[in-house]
Amino acid sequence: MRSTPKPLGNGACRGRFYRGFLANPCSVLERKGASQLKDISWKLVLVGVVVLAAIICILPTFKPTLWPYKKINLGLDLQGGMEMRLKVESQKAVKNKIDQLADEIKSELRDKKIRYKKIESTADAKISVIIDGAKDIQDFESYLKDENSDLVESNRLVSDNVLTVQLGFSQENVNDIESKAVEQDLETIRNRIDQFGVSEPIIQRTKGETILVQLPGVKDTERAMELVGKTAMLEFKLVDDTKTASQPNPSSLPPNEEYLDGIGGRRYVVYKKTLLTGEYLTDAEVKINSSTNEVYVSMDFDKKGARIFDEITGAHVGERLAVVLDGKIQTAPNIKERISGGRASITGDYTMEEAHDLAIVLRSGQLWAPLTLEDQQIVGASLGADSIRMGLLSVYIGGILVIAFMALYYKLSGLVADFALVVNILLIAAGMAALQATLTLPGIAGVILTIGMAVDANVLIFERIREELEVGKTPRAALDAGYERATLTILDANVTTLIAALVLFQFGTTTIKGFAVTLSLGVVSSVFTALVLTKVVFDLYFAKRKVKQLSI
Amino acid sequence: MMRFIKPNVSVDFIGKRILAFAFSGALILISVIYLIAHGGPRLGIDFAGGTLYQVQFSGATDAQTIRSALDKIDMKSATVQQYGPSEKHEYLIRTLEPDTNITEHKKKLLAALDAATGLNTSLRRSNMIDSQVGKEFREDAAKALFFALLFITIYISGRFEAKWFSSGVMVGTLLLCIFLVSLFVSSIEVLIIVALVLAVALFWLLNLKYSMGAIVALIHDVLITVGVFSILGKEFSLSIVAALLTIVGYSLNDTIIVYDRIRENVKTQRKDSFKDIINSAINQTLSRTILTSGTTMLVLVALFIWGGDIINGFALTMIIGVAVGTYSSIYVASPILLAWEGKEKK
Repeated sequence: MRSTPKPLGNGACRGRFYRGFLANPCSVLERKGASQLKDISWKLVLVGVVVLAAIICILPTFKPTLWPYKKINLGLDLQGGMEMRLKVESQKAVKNKIDQLADEIKSELRDKKIRYKKIESTADAKISVIIDGAKDIQDFESYLKDENSDLVESNRLVSDNVLTVQLGFSQENVNDIESKAVEQDLETIRNRIDQFGVSEPIIQRTKGETILVQLPGVKDTERAMELVGKTAMLEFKLVDDTKTASQPNPSSLPPNEEYLDGIGGRRYVVYKKTLLTGEYLTDAEVKINSSTNEVYVSMDFDKKGARIFDEITGAHVGERLAVVLDGKIQTAPNIKERISGGRASITGDYTMEEAHDLAIVLRSGQLWAPLTLEDQQIVGASLGADSIRMGLLSVYIGGILVIAFMALYYKLSGLVADFALVVNILLIAAGMAALQATLTLPGIAGVILTIGMAVDANVLIFERIREELEVGKTPRAALDAGYERATLTILDANVTTLIAALVLFQFGTTTIKGFAVTLSLGVVSSVFTALVLTKVVFDLYFAKRKVKQLSI
Repeated sequence: MMRFIKPNVSVDFIGKRILAFAFSGALILISVIYLIAHGGPRLGIDFAGGTLYQVQFSGATDAQTIRSALDKIDMKSATVQQYGPSEKHEYLIRTLEPDTNITEHKKKLLAALDAATGLNTSLRRSNMIDSQVGKEFREDAAKALFFALLFITIYISGRFEAKWFSSGVMVGTLLLCIFLVSLFVSSIEVLIIVALVLAVALFWLLNLKYSMGAIVALIHDVLITVGVFSILGKEFSLSIVAALLTIVGYSLNDTIIVYDRIRENVKTQRKDSFKDIINSAINQTLSRTILTSGTTMLVLVALFIWGGDIINGFALTMIIGVAVGTYSSIYVASPILLAWEGKEKK
């Protein structure tokens, strides 16, 4: 005869925070017979649905062609690859723009035949100007009003027809440039990496003015670094052939000429004025000269750039035009004739790879603010593979040890717990796939930890059941009482681990986040499997038979 | 059924508490003295900044040869350390300066090592962290520990005392004091110590005895774990901090299990002294305590032995932490309740 268990008073049904569906153990006890089956069946359905959903989430990781769903990402420490954080020196962007502006002003004044004594950019991103002569001062001021009215004047002094003034950007302008600098650099890097061909790169702005770049699986880290760090400032300047041939003393060069190094080691003398910049580029492609088999990069200019190029080449036929990249002359071909098509090419003894990278860098534009490396991690693919192997090995061994122990110690009930454990791992994996989370080595450690801690819930319940059996309750009653009593404690205990995991997630780096994710998923799934899954299994077992003894 | 612990076991744990206090006290003292003497725990490059190379040779070599190669390329101050099982021929080369030109130097390094050892050198992994970034990581780690302790404190005091008002007062006061102190002190390590001391004091004042027992046990666990870990000469990295946080969560698990039982027994064993109640609670949960710690240890040991060198430090920290955490639930958290009881009765 099945004894009706004494309805446990409000003592056991306490737990106002956790009432919800978990209070069902109470209601199960208070009814009997067919309604018990009803309760079992909805829980069974729930478990079934969860497990099925989990399997669906998992499959793409093993059979990617099955359907285009998400698979589990591997972190850099398991896949190999490079991760780095680059600081954007946005103040330098301001300085660069001031330098550029100073040059522009100088050449424009010369064009307008306004004489100046000094126009120089200073260290604190201002332009220091000295103009001597009343007419020149007047012309200069009207020039400023026309062309550069947004500049701010400071330390203005006029005495004896000599004007000294400092020009600078307004604070608004400065802030604008600085914030744009980070965005522009981010875009530029993104462009370059996109063309580099790394699958699933991550490029994002992190706190402050730092850009995080993650290149999973990248093998040629040197090329990647080059590509990312290159400023890629493209300028076209005229070469002074006679002086380049005679190589005079640098200090004897006129103020509008300077020495620049070429990539072959030659030193050229060029006119400082930049005739054309990379701003006007619309495209750059790698091409091979069919007759010489030489690799070169062909560049296309936009309309304005094409027009300027047309003017330059038209005005300087017979002279040499230097193509300067980041202050180094790549090539300095002779201008044979006027070029109006807006297309130019850079030759320079490039390998296919070098030309390819150069094209990428030209296409993506210039880095406005230089980048400094804050941190960098490179993990070789072999180490990544080793880490996976060893991580999985310890999961297997740890898992087998725990499974064996549970079966030995708790017999058939132990097997139920083991089944729950396997489902746990399935749920964690599915959770990671669904969340598109990244699995890292600490993440694997999190799985291992979950294996150890998941059984805790089961142990709590089983020990309670054993106690109840000792006191003399029937197996059914002991089972229910065990679950009953242990529920609150299980929830309590796991909440604290969850808190720790959430804090870790908030403050951790990407590898640590991986641990926090698996730990959190593990806690949630182990509570679910311990309280719902195993109960369902037991309930099914008890449903239609009279059980005299519980194998526990 | 198979059992480790007999059902009616009745060991007088609490009776031995003076001994336990002495033992704990000694451990904490040793840890603290060691840490102070060495200026804090040994910091890995995650926190100190610097550059790390993990190189593998195609054959056997020794640190001497490696160092001679390093001298030639101007890396005299680098430390060389063998890494992992000797048949893997792996070494760790570490410098204190973060190397922003790492791409260049890597090539030089490998070439120099090839030349000096006559073997093929491959780079398994490299890591470069700017000292400023390392400092940020240190602060983040400290903040993480702090917030974890704070949230857990709130949770414990709410959950155990059911005195939400008191716990609200406590948290409010704590945050206020920390804010005030932070105006004068910028070092985050000091702030944490202040916060902890304040929390304990507030628990004392507000009569939140369960919370106090729990938090003292947590501080005890973290201190001893950090101490033992440092004495064993291991380095602190980000994953070690993750392990510490996990231990905080885990140790509390344990403590909660015992506390829950104590509270249950307080209701059912009205005639017994508090001391007996605590004792019986511990005895009743003993089986479960040993089993869970046991299974967790099983997996951690598996991780420690087979998991590889990178995760080794993490596994070790967890092993120490779980052991100390289990011990503290019995011999630190519970006796404090008893001492409190004694204080209340006077």
